[in-house]
Order: sequence, then C-alpha cells, then structure tokens
Amino acid sequence: MYVYDELDRTLLAERVREFADQVRRRLSGELSEDEFKLLRLMNGVYLQLHAYMLRIAIPYGTLSSEQLRMLAHVARRYDRDYGHFTTRQNIQFNWIKLDELPAAMADLARAGLHGMQTSGNCVRNITTDQWAGVAPDEIEDPRIYAEILRQHSTMHPEFSFLPRKFKIALTASEHDRAAIKVHDIGLRLHRNGAGETGFEVIVGGGLGRTPFIGKTIKRFLPERDLLSYVEAILRVYNQYGRRDNIYKARIKILVHELGAEAFAAEVEAEWQAMRDGALALDPTAIANIARRFRVPAYERQADDPAAVAEARASGPAFDAWLGNSVARHKVPGYAIVTLSLKPTGGPPGDATAAQMDAIADLAERFSFAEIRVGHEQNLVLPHVARCDLPALWRLLDEIGVATPNVGLASDIIACPGLDYCSLANARSIPVAQELSRRFGDSALSRNLGRLHINISGCINACGHHHVGHIGILGVEKNGEEFYQITIGGRADERAELGALIGPAVPYAEVADVVEDVVAAYVELRARPDELFVDTVSRVGVEPFRERVYAAR
Amino acid sequence: MRLVRRGEIVEDRFLHVIDDAPVPEHGPVIVPAARLIADAADFARREDPTGVVWPNNRKIAELAPCLDRLALVALVFPSFRDGRAYSQARQLRENHGFRGELRATGQILRDQFVFMLRAGFDAFEVSKDADAAAFADVLRRYSVFYQPTADGRQSALRARLRAAGSERTSAGMQDVER
Repeated sequence: MYVYDELDRTLLAERVREFADQVRRRLSGELSEDEFKLLRLMNGVYLQLHAYMLRIAIPYGTLSSEQLRMLAHVARRYDRDYGHFTTRQNIQFNWIKLDELPAAMADLARAGLHGMQTSGNCVRNITTDQWAGVAPDEIEDPRIYAEILRQHSTMHPEFSFLPRKFKIALTASEHDRAAIKVHDIGLRLHRNGAGETGFEVIVGGGLGRTPFIGKTIKRFLPERDLLSYVEAILRVYNQYGRRDNIYKARIKILVHELGAEAFAAEVEAEWQAMRDGALALDPTAIANIARRFRVPAYERQADDPAAVAEARASGPAFDAWLGNSVARHKVPGYAIVTLSLKPTGGPPGDATAAQMDAIADLAERFSFAEIRVGHEQNLVLPHVARCDLPALWRLLDEIGVATPNVGLASDIIACPGLDYCSLANARSIPVAQELSRRFGDSALSRNLGRLHINISGCINACGHHHVGHIGILGVEKNGEEFYQITIGGRADERAELGALIGPAVPYAEVADVVEDVVAAYVELRARPDELFVDTVSRVGVEPFRERVYAAR
Repeated sequence: MRLVRRGEIVEDRFLHVIDDAPVPEHGPVIVPAARLIADAADFARREDPTGVVWPNNRKIAELAPCLDRLALVALVFPSFRDGRAYSQARQLRENHGFRGELRATGQILRDQFVFMLRAGFDAFEVSKDADAAAFADVLRRYSVFYQPTADGRQSALRARLRAAGSERTSAGMQDVER
C-alpha cells in the first residue's frame, strides 16, 4: 500500500492544528454554527439525529493493520465500541463529542488517517476496486492513479466549494467492482490499439432522487492527461453546475440539461487551454507515486496445498466458506479473502473495536498487514497464502466474520437510515436484519445465487437501492414508514437502474414481499444458474408484478 | 470590513462607483461590469487606475479584451459556499496572464484565505476585523500543497521529483524543498 512521506504527514498535521483552532473558535462563539458547519464538514464531521458523526476517509479502501487498530482505538476511546463501514469505502463513528473531536483527529493523524474529503461540496474520497493490485483480470493497478487523484483533490484551491459533492471512482478490471457508472466521474483503465494505458471517462452518473447511468465523454484519455482532463471537468462543473437548487446541483443534472455532447465540448475547450501545463503527468511523476506503494514479498506457494484439501474433507462449513468468500489472486498460491460484515441478524457493515483489533492482527499474520474495504460494506484480506486458509477461516469464524454469504441474498447493503440519520424517512437496518434472517440459511441462499439487496432509508440513496438487484427505498406516507421495491438494478459494467415492481408496502410487509419476489424468480428462472438479475432482464418486471401483487 | 492587500491591512484607494453614479475623471475607481462593457472606449481613455467588479456568473472570456487596461478585477463570493470565483481567478491569472490586483469581495472569512491566495487573489475585502488581523497567522497554517497553481508555491509532486533528482546528483542530500 501507499506509504506517506514527510510531505503527506506534514500536511495532515497542519490540518489537525487548523481544525483544533476552528473547534476552539466555535466553542468560544467566534464562529457561528452556520460558519462552523462548512468547516466541520470539510473534516468529516456531521450533526446527526443524536450526536455528531465523524466520517474517516479510507482512500481507495486500503488500510494497514496499524490504521485499523487506530480505528478500533477511536471506537473504544471516543465512541461506543463500534464503527460502521460505508458504501464509499469510508468508516463512520456515530457518537463523537464535539470537544473530543480534535483529540480524536490528532490520534487518527498519527496513523495517517483523517476526515478530509468525506463530506462537504468537494471532491470526495477517491474509490476503486477493493481487489485492486491483486485481481487476476486487471490491466494495471488503479490505486496508483487513485493516489495521484487523491493528492490532487486534497484541499484543492479551486474545487473546495463546488455546487455539490463530487465522487470519482476507478476500475482497471473487465468486471467493475467499483460501480464507476454511478459516479460523478467514472474512470475505466484500458489499453488502446498501440498498447498504451489510458482511461475511458464517464461522467454524470449518480443515484439520489434523480438517478442516471453515466455517459462516456472520452473513449481513450492518455494517462499523462488524467489530471488536466479531470480538472477541466471540475472547472466546467464549478462554473455552470446549478447552485439555485440543492437537488439539481450534482453534475449529472448539468450533463443531462446540456446534453453529454455539449458538455464534452465545454470540457474539451477548457482542457485544450491547460493540457500541456503543469498538470501533465510525465512517466517520472507517475513512477514517483508508484514507487511508494509497498509491494508484498510474495513467496512461492502451492496453488493447491494439502492443508486446503484436508480442511475441505473435514466438513462442509469450510468448504462453503471457501467456495463463497475466497477468490483467485493474480499471484499463484495466494487468495483474496472477503470478510463478511453481514452476520445473520446483524446491522450491515458494522464492526466492533474488538473485531477491528483482531482483524488487524490477522492481516499482520496472514495478509502482509493490509486490509481493504469494499463498497458492499465488507472487508478484504488481499494477500492470503492458500495454505493458510484453513487456519485463517477458524480465526475469522471465531470473531464472526466468516459468514459464507458474500454476494448472496443476505449480503445486504444498507444505509444507517432512521436509526441514526437526520435525513432518513424510514429505518433501513431493521429491514436488513430481518431479511438476513429470512435468507440466512446458506443452502437456500446458495441456491438463489448472486443476489444483491440494497436498502436506502430515503431518496438520497446512500444504500444504492437503484442499483440493487432488489432495491428497497424507505419513504414516509402519512407519518408511517413505507417501502418501494425495485428489481433489475445493477452497478457493474452493465449498470442499470431498477424498475418499480408495484405500490409501496408498509414496514411489516417488506420482508414478505421480498420473499415473494425471490419465489417468483425461482419459478421464472430458465435454469438453476440463471442469476436473478438476468431473469429480470429476460422476462421484464411484469411477470414478477403479477406473481407478487396478485394476492395483495 | 477591512482590506488586506499583499498581506497588509491597508486603506482602499479605489472609489467604488455604484450602479449609474457618475465616474470622476481622476483617481482610482472600481466600476460595475455593465458600465465597463457599455462604455469601454471611455474607460480606455482614463489615465488613472480603473477596476471592475466582475460577477461570478459572467464568463471571463467576455472581460478578456479589457484586461490590459484594467488595474484591478474584483471577483465576488456572494456566500463563502459559492466557489465560482475561484475558477474565474485561475482563468484570469493562468489563461489570460492578468497581473493586476485580483480582489476577493463578498463573504470573505479567514478559512478561505489560503484557497484564495492559491487561486491567484492578492487582495481581500475581509468581512470580520479579527479575520483580517489574523491574516499572517492563517498563511502560516500550511506549508505543503498538492496542486500546482499560478501562485508559485511548489507542489508536493514537484518537490519530490526535485528531491529525487538532487539525491541522484549529490548523494546523502535528503532535504526536501518546499
């Protein structure tokens, strides 16, 4: 992973000092709450229903063991012993006290962690594939470009007061695990005919109350032009993005209103004026960043070790986990292991301080002290020797993060909802908990295959309901919680928005309706291995509607 | 309101002409954008310094033909949340090579100073007296900058490349230039 140098550390220390001064000015009354709001948001501090919430950036989802231990420490010392991993590869703490914030931030900074770019109308935490650098199908490590973008967008002097927040995601694999088509900018690394590395640039994707799939405005952007082109997009957005209506302020609305072609022409004009300036990335500059990524010292390992065969023979539990949570690594003899933060009946994405400490230790022992966070709110140990899998599995199982449900129906993405969030209209977590109990049986969920259920507690769509295979959106009707259900959404390289299946249903009926949707799928699928989302795409919404709503 | 110019609290020598008020023949003035564009020829004949208040929703390209006769451009932050003028400032400095006074006006608070300086502003109509007094302190907050802009501060990336270059030429020299 990327190792901070003296410059990165100095900037962070300066930021912590500045924020401590801002908190002091707020507490003394020099700053009004309105003035302070913007400053705290620039440091990841939100005011929620019950308390301040602190969101910490995990740039492109990469953590060291030392950093994860620091997050455990903050959970224990300043919060209520747990943290919540979000859909943007961040973590948030829900019960922080304002006067303890500077101390918490100073502690975090010691491990190179901070809350910059996790809130406010700036370029947010840059996200990428949680398998970056280890996925067998990727063409290059996207983290290097993610880090270049992270540095460039940190405290950007021109783009810290944009019309609205701005999210950038990258992928370098055929299979998009970073949901780049539903970001303000999505960047897909690929090679052109001449074998050069560059980016397909997609803009204007997003969820929220007006969801859009992003549009490609450049097929191939050479890597030297990455920063200048992104800067040109941001400059066009900063000047022309709407500021009169917060719900129309995201770049997707500008791209939609102007049209992708006209938008691209504006960007092109800005870009031509600056592309050969100071932002051009020469190979030395890229190499300088790449050089500070620590590469694990992989050893020669058997790809099919006896220990794994023995463990498989000893019982079905290991085998189920191996088949579900372990993926191929680009280095022979190694594996990518996903740790499910979706235990049956638990709130999705939460980890206790004790779990975080234990995972940090396990990462040190089995994964070169590195942990990844994925947008599905699970953790990943990216470099596990296959011969260690049986031992690792037993230890993960002991701390409750070896549920073999990754990518299955009970691996639910959910926002915090009305239990925490001041924007929410309805609860998300209890719905997720109930569904995880209904689909918790592993034989049942394996039979259903890959099935993503995404839940948002309001139209802002933090739970990505539009792109869930089954999407659940909480709304409020006459003071009661109701839920709209969509099917057929997906966030990968074939990104699609889900379609509404019928009228909203009350809280008490959501789990029943979802079970009926799943029963309809089992009836409608062409073969046992046709995925839910493929069945919807083949037969459309109507047969589902008929079956689910006939009896209602 | 206090005017901070090139790091010092100073008296404003410019007269602010509002709307259709008459423009004096002599002495420095700042006029509204509409007046400047409508009477461009008259202002071009003026011998004393002329400045303009340029709104944040008007293209800089429209102002470009007048720039070589202007001593000052004031860009507007109607609220500290509205960041359009940061882009205009960089366009003026970096694309059009404007070297006159670039003044930030509107809701200007101390926590924006560093961003504004980096975008190319060198004068600030600061809303609170205490913020104006804290100007020099605020500038000392940061010594590391990731982005190259026209303010001349070296970006972290260039600092690293220079350090790497000097490591190669004089072994043992670890000092990173800022």
